[in-house]
Order: sequence, then structure tokens, then C-alpha cells
Amino acid sequence: MINNEIIAKAYSSINYVVAVTLFCIGLYALIIKPNLIKKFMGLNIIETSVFLFIISSGLVEGGIAPIYTKTTPANPVFVNPIPQALILTAIVVAVSTTALALSLMIKLYDQCGTLNANKLKELR
Amino acid sequence: MTTYLTSHSPVLMEIIFLAGAALTPIISLIRKKLAFWWALIVSTLGFYFCMLAAAELYRSGPLSYYLGGWRPPYGIEIKFDYLGAFAFLILLLNIIIMVYSKKYMEHEISEDKLPIYYTLVLLLVGGMVGVTITGDIFNMFVFMEILSLAGYSLIAITEERLNAMASFKYLVMGALSSLLLLVGIAFIYNVTGSLNMADISLKLQQYGASTTAYVAVAALIIGFTVKAAMFPVHIWLPDAHGLAPSPVSALLSGLVIKIGIVGILRIVFSIYRIAGPINFSYLLDVLAWFATATVIFGAFFAFFQDDLKIILAYSSVSNIGYILMGIGLISVSNPAGSVNAMLGALTHVAAHAIIKSLLFLSAGAIIYKTGLRKLNDLKGIGKKMPITCMALVIGALSITGVPGTVGFWAKWYVINGAFDSGRLFFAIAMLVGALMVFAYYIKIINVIFFRIPENLTAEVDEAPLSMLIPIVILAASCLVYGLFYINPMITNYFMPAAKSLLGLAM
Repeated sequence: MINNEIIAKAYSSINYVVAVTLFCIGLYALIIKPNLIKKFMGLNIIETSVFLFIISSGLVEGGIAPIYTKTTPANPVFVNPIPQALILTAIVVAVSTTALALSLMIKLYDQCGTLNANKLKELR
Repeated sequence: MTTYLTSHSPVLMEIIFLAGAALTPIISLIRKKLAFWWALIVSTLGFYFCMLAAAELYRSGPLSYYLGGWRPPYGIEIKFDYLGAFAFLILLLNIIIMVYSKKYMEHEISEDKLPIYYTLVLLLVGGMVGVTITGDIFNMFVFMEILSLAGYSLIAITEERLNAMASFKYLVMGALSSLLLLVGIAFIYNVTGSLNMADISLKLQQYGASTTAYVAVAALIIGFTVKAAMFPVHIWLPDAHGLAPSPVSALLSGLVIKIGIVGILRIVFSIYRIAGPINFSYLLDVLAWFATATVIFGAFFAFFQDDLKIILAYSSVSNIGYILMGIGLISVSNPAGSVNAMLGALTHVAAHAIIKSLLFLSAGAIIYKTGLRKLNDLKGIGKKMPITCMALVIGALSITGVPGTVGFWAKWYVINGAFDSGRLFFAIAMLVGALMVFAYYIKIINVIFFRIPENLTAEVDEAPLSMLIPIVILAASCLVYGLFYINPMITNYFMPAAKSLLGLAM
């Protein structure tokens, strides 16, 4: 039986629950699916889950951007901008990895005639 | 002028490669073949800056450079310390391999692709230098990605049939391990609120052990062992390193997998520190056991291969096992007594880089001349290409650890480390591994020298001079360093490096 305490805890840290779930879905696709494009989509889902995890860990409830203006309240609660900067860099990296992987897949299909991992294993 | 260059040398040796890579396609608009000379000039300049920094390190200890004048922990720091001095070896080997690759790559790929090749090599080397000298943990991740992406593309640059598949396999494993690194870095950031390595180290000592810190180190170590090709996660390596063009194999096998080792050393010894709050004894134990499996299985799988370069690739797996063994044998409670193990790991990083480059380059010269790569087709090649094959034999003897070669000293120190910690099992495992390695290199030597040629055409002769000279230099350095220069190298560089990593007084 699941008691209310666990549900409340899961709800309060829903971002982490979602990130872990996405990670598992991605890992499942990466390992089980024979099609290389689906495998790579799994990897992209894992990437997304990691980004979600990091960026949501930087959130402060009711926080504002760390910029001082005339309208900034006396005791401001700032959100840490570094996780966002990190994820922006990581997204760029992920995009280039995806681009490279897709172009490799085109080449692979030209050379081997299939994108099925099980059939590719027999080619060696 | 020189003092100005020296004070900026850590950042210059990084920037020159990134800028050089970006400019290569523009330079080669003039003439495609200029790309090689441009890449050679960039590499030589990078090596010159590295020499300035290394001289400064020798004279007055580690250099720090603050990008844009922002002081750490807020700005990005570049640190040329004893581990960062691995960049010296990277840049030196890069020049040798680049000279070799001129003829080889003209033969292997079409002229249109030459600028792409040199751009990617410069990016790869720039990434490697970046990972070794950076003082910022997220910067390390970014450089790791630069070098990985360049590496994936370099494997797929030829039109061979299975290269794209090998590259894709490497890409999936590499991308997953990079994500693990990112998760680890995020956890460390969550604990300490800092990305600067020195600052993280201080704060970890202050805050003490926590579950998050343990998870972070686990994610980072697993990520780096995939990059370094430890036994169960080595499956990408044989295809990737075996099928890539030979100069690329030399770069990947000689240097890129060592970057994973550098990462592990950075995380465990210079960020977390083994004397710190986190108990590393279990992790190092597990590492030693996996290293045993890596040594044995790497050598075991190599038995059943008949492709010369894939045998060499499996031998890389086996040798990574020796390096990891050296790290795994360090005892947390008695760092002063584990200097030998650390010394062995560091020496083998350098020794294997030289030897494996030599082996891949000489195998490449044979493939360049004959177009054959199966051992059975290469019977009696030693009579047609005596210098290349003698170099291959010197490399084979070095890697098995015959006394007098550079490979012997590395294995000697690791085995001494096993005796120091009183764990005889690991010493025996290493000897068994060395015997197995010896067996399959004997097989190679037997085939190339003592069999009657069958498939070789009469006109096969020695490789061109621009390929032969790098091979001879590497072969000579295996012997010269093993026989004469090993003691000065160890007292001047490896010993201080091992002691500073273990946190001992010099």
C-alpha cells in the first residue's frame, strides 16, 4: 500500500520523478529497440531527462532573475543562473551529436543497406 | 616577449588549435594540399607554447591562468600542473603522427576531404589538450565533447564499408558516458555550488561525505571508464580503433583513451583527494578487479583475431587494464607506500602512448604498401619492408615488457605496486596477462618474419621516407628511453607527479 506521505513527497519533487522516468524510458529504447534511429531517439530522451534534472535543480520558488534594477525588492530571492548557462552549452553539444549521428546513419544505410542492429551484427 | 608568451602559454596552446581548426577550411581554399602544412605549423606552434609552459612548470611549479582576468571560483581557470603536463606528450606525438599522415591520408581519402581531415585532427588535439589543462570541471566536459565528436567523425572519414557502423557504436557509448559525466558534474555542483576544481576540492573537505558526493563520483568514474575502454564497456574500441585510418588509430589508441585515465586521476586524486572525507578504498578495490578482467580478457580476445589492426586494438584494451590496475592498487590508508603503483600507472600512460602509436603507424605503413590487413596475407612481409617490420617488432617487444624497453619499466612499477600492497593475486594476474600478450605478439612476429610469402606481389618495398622517419623516431625513443633516459624522466617528472597526485610532500 502506498501511503500519502510518499505521494506527497513525490509530488513535491515531481521534477526529479519525471527526470528519472524519462531516463528509464530512454534507456529502454536505447537497449531494446533494434532500429538505430529509435536507439538514438532513446539517447535523446535520456539527454532531455538529464537537462530537466539539472535545470530544475536550479529553481527557487518565487525567485527572480539575479539582476539588480530599481524595482528589485529589498531582500530579493535570486535564482541561480549557472545551471541554465550549463544546459545551454550542453544543448549545443547534444544538437551537434545528434546531427553527427544522423549523418552517420545516412552513410551507414548507404554502405550496409540496413539500419537494423540485429542485421548489422551479422554483417561482420 | 618570451616572458609575455610564457605567462600566456597555457591559454595559447589551447586557442591555437581551436583557431587553427576553424581557419583550416579557409586556408585550403587556396590549395587543398596547403591544409597539411597549415596543420603542421599550428601543431608546432602549439608544441612550442607547451614547451614554454613545461619549462615554467619545471622552474617554479604549476602555472595558473585566469581567462579574462576573472579570478576563480567565478572565472574559468586553466591549470598547467603535473597532470596537465600530459599535454606535452600529446602535442609531441601529434606532430610525429601528423608528418606520417601526409602520405597516408592522400592515399586513403580523396583530395577534397583532406582539409576536413586536418580540421578534425586539430579539433581532436585541441580537445585533448583542453581536458588535460583545464581547471574547471564543466569546461572539461565541453572539451571532452569536442574531442569525442572529432574522434567519431575521423573514424567515419574513409569510405570503407563498416567504418560508419564502428563510428556509430562509438558515438552511442560515448554520448551515454558523456551524459553520465554531465550528471556527475551536476551532482558535484549541487553539493558544492562551484565548478572550479580547486574550490570544489576545498569545499568537499569542509562539507564532509554525503550521498550526493558519492553518487557524483560514481557517475564520473563510470563515464570516464567508458571513455578509457575498461573491460565490460570496451566493446566500442576494437572496431573503432581497428577500422579507422592508421594515423587516426594511433591518435585514438595512443592518446584519446588516456584522456579517460587523466579524467579518473583528476576526479579521484586532485578533486576528491584520497585523504578526503570520501572513502575510496572500495572504489579502488573494484577498479583493481575490473582492471584484472580488462588485462586478461583484452589479451584473450586478441588471440582469435586475424586482422592486424584489430589485434592491436584489443591489445590497447589489455594495456588500459595495466594502467587502471596501477590506480586500483593504491591504498587509501597508506598513500606513501603506494607511490610505486601510481608511478606505474603514470609511466604506462606515457609508455603506452608511444608504443601504441608506433605499432599502429608501422601496421599502417604495411597496409599502405600492400593493401592487406589479415595476418595470413602478410606472411613474409618482413623481408620486403625490413625497417618498418623491425620497428613493429621493437613495438611488440616494448608492449610485452621486455627489459630494456620503455614498456618494461611501466609494468615493473605496477607489479612492484602490487607487491608493496601485499596483493600477490594481482601481480600474478598481470604476469599471466603479460604472457598472453607475449604469445600473440610472437604470433605476429612469426608471421611477418619467418613465413614464406604467398600473397605478396614482388614490387612491395619500403614505405616512403615521410612515413618511415616518424616510425623510426618512435621506435628509437622506445629503446633510448627504456635504456638511458628512464631514471631522469622518473626523478624529474613522474615521481613529483605521482607524489603531488597522492598528496605527499615532494
